[in-house]
Amino acid sequence: MPPRTAYLDWNATAPLRPEAAAATAEALGHCGNPSSVHRFGRDARRALEAARAQVAALVGAAPAEVVLTSGGTEANQLALRGLPGRRVMVSAIEHDSVRQAVPDAAVVPVAPRGIVDLHALDRMLAAEPRPALVSLMLANNETGIIQPVAEAAQIAHARGALLHCDAVQGAGKLPLDRARLGADLMTLSAHKLGGPPGVGALVVAGDLPLMPLHNGGGQERGRRAGTENLPGIAGFGAACASAADGLGDYGAIAALRDAAERRLGAIAPDAVVYGGDVARLPNTLCIAMPGVAAATQVMALDLAGVMVSAGAACSSGKVRRSHVLDAMGVPAAEAECAIRISLGWSTAAADIDHLVEAWGALYARTRASAA
Amino acid sequence: MNASAARFRHRANSAPVYLDYQATTPVDRRVLGEMLPWFTEKFGNPGSVTHAYGREAEAAVEQARAEVAALIGAEAREIVFTSGATESNNLAIKGAAHFHRAFDKDRVVTVATEHKCVLESALALEREGFRLTVLPVDAQGLVDLDALGAAIDERTAIVSVMAANNEIGVLQPIAEIGALCRARGVLFHSDAAQAVGKVPVDVDAMNIDLLSISGHKVYGPKGIGVLYVRRRPRARLAPLFDGGGQERGVRSGTLPTPLCVGLGAAARIAGAEMAAEAERLLGLRRRFLAAIQARLPEVRLNGDPERRLPGNLNLSFPGAPALALMQACPGLALSTGSACTAAEVEPSYVLRALGVPEALAAASLRLGLGRYTTDSEVDFAVDALAAAAQLVAARERVTAAEARPT
Repeated sequence: MPPRTAYLDWNATAPLRPEAAAATAEALGHCGNPSSVHRFGRDARRALEAARAQVAALVGAAPAEVVLTSGGTEANQLALRGLPGRRVMVSAIEHDSVRQAVPDAAVVPVAPRGIVDLHALDRMLAAEPRPALVSLMLANNETGIIQPVAEAAQIAHARGALLHCDAVQGAGKLPLDRARLGADLMTLSAHKLGGPPGVGALVVAGDLPLMPLHNGGGQERGRRAGTENLPGIAGFGAACASAADGLGDYGAIAALRDAAERRLGAIAPDAVVYGGDVARLPNTLCIAMPGVAAATQVMALDLAGVMVSAGAACSSGKVRRSHVLDAMGVPAAEAECAIRISLGWSTAAADIDHLVEAWGALYARTRASAA
Repeated sequence: MNASAARFRHRANSAPVYLDYQATTPVDRRVLGEMLPWFTEKFGNPGSVTHAYGREAEAAVEQARAEVAALIGAEAREIVFTSGATESNNLAIKGAAHFHRAFDKDRVVTVATEHKCVLESALALEREGFRLTVLPVDAQGLVDLDALGAAIDERTAIVSVMAANNEIGVLQPIAEIGALCRARGVLFHSDAAQAVGKVPVDVDAMNIDLLSISGHKVYGPKGIGVLYVRRRPRARLAPLFDGGGQERGVRSGTLPTPLCVGLGAAARIAGAEMAAEAERLLGLRRRFLAAIQARLPEVRLNGDPERRLPGNLNLSFPGAPALALMQACPGLALSTGSACTAAEVEPSYVLRALGVPEALAAASLRLGLGRYTTDSEVDFAVDALAAAAQLVAARERVTAAEARPT
């Protein structure tokens, strides 16, 4: 019998939805460059535009507003670097691909509860003589805390600024309407919502004159050169349609997450949950086991077959202290003990039992050895 | 009913014969088989190395990296995964130029027949203040080594010359250019999207510092490419974009495991089968050319007849405009040139660079033969093209005669 596993790292990547797997596999079986004028090319172009419409529909945008990219990172960079001349302001809890997009970005602080400080944003915009571009994520990838994007957009627009929203973690988990949010630019990633890796989108309102990162052929209306990743895009489109249909599942997912939070809290009265008292993604639980380094927890859980993470899945494999918790004013010693548990549509009650068991065993061991 | 009519009838209701392997190639079934599990059951993020699913994905990505490296004589750690050859070319050219600007190197040298994304990257640098030299080619499509040598100076940041042209298949003298650049201490980038897997490419023997590879041109998936970045002596680059710091900071973004695996498998298969397949394609190409010229002696081959990809022909059909010709051949999937610019009606800038007159350039087709092209497809295509060319040319003559004032 294979060892029992519980995958609880959905914010790092989600398994492919069956509809997306079918669409991707189907497209992989066809040969055609969407820019070619022959039948293979025309078929590819039709599939491309159908998928683009599905992506657009997820966020209430027009298909022409969707620029398909190689993923969320590229889309974030395209948004922030594509409008030169604007002063870029990013919240302190943004993903690295936003924080590091432009070297001289101003940082908008967040309040201790993990929500961006809108008064500070307004002050910063008022003091900035240049036109600005504000980047605020829909929901944080580590804590799941939902940000007041619509309010930030109103403030930004009142000051003549544009708003970019990295919606990578929120899309597919929350209802999403680009216009209601007031986002001039919005980033999506396929593999976070059940599409394949290697594809994402930047949704661009109207005709903002984006300067491309990639020069070349005139694909994506000149905003992103390169032969389109059609199988990936087809899977992305199908995943968006399926995610929109599956939003209702998140009530049950939230119930599982809340059960996990309650049970871990019952085992460890000293555990700290981040974002428990504010609006949060239904699938995310960021929790610290004081005195036990996140790396130790993640390793112990991995040995027990439970897959979680100590923050963003980045390159190094090193567990770094979270800049998100830092920005929230969490003391370093405590932040170093925080892990991220994230659920998805195929998470079962047994997965939560498995987590609670493994986490509880680790907690008991560490408390016993400390005693 | 003769044989060709029978073939034509047989084809009438099936998919067109695919003769556009330079635009994109189908994913090899063997490649697809290796990729699929990484889409579904093995879906971990290769950056999530703190758990089992992530490590399993990371190991697969690293194996793919080694497979790509082996195909070009590189080390695995010199392979940077990108979203495709367009990104690789942008990263190589802009990245090298931006890095070396701090060392008073502000010049970029490339060639008139490069892929559009190379030329556009170079033009973007020119708009930033770099000085750009675009070298001409001769009537065969080859760059002149003396002119290249003369264009390089101590302020040259990068020389970019493609290994094989995407429209005319012409193979540039990459080893000679590499030796020249190495001797002069200038970084050498080659867009090898069309060459890798089709003809031997060895980054050490050819002194290549940076080399672009495309997945979907070698029977691998779309959405994945590679930039080879030499470590000794080190080719230094500024990244195109930043983020999670994947790929040693040169290229951020979650690595798409199934696509990396697919490119690795495609590279392994190409390496094993390249010699025999090149021989087979060369035979098909010769058969095609001989047969079409037997039917239409006026047909002219563009680009060097020998120094070209085994699977490429670029033919001019005097008097038969390419678009009309393509419309008259619904049973063939053809193109006039680069797919990226296929929708444009103006004649190919590549052919113009060879000095092909405008009317002839506008009567030219690219024929890409590949792994699944058969003898009978070649014969069918020759029949269809020859008949169509005669029809179109006759129609054009009538139209011209009617338009002539009496």
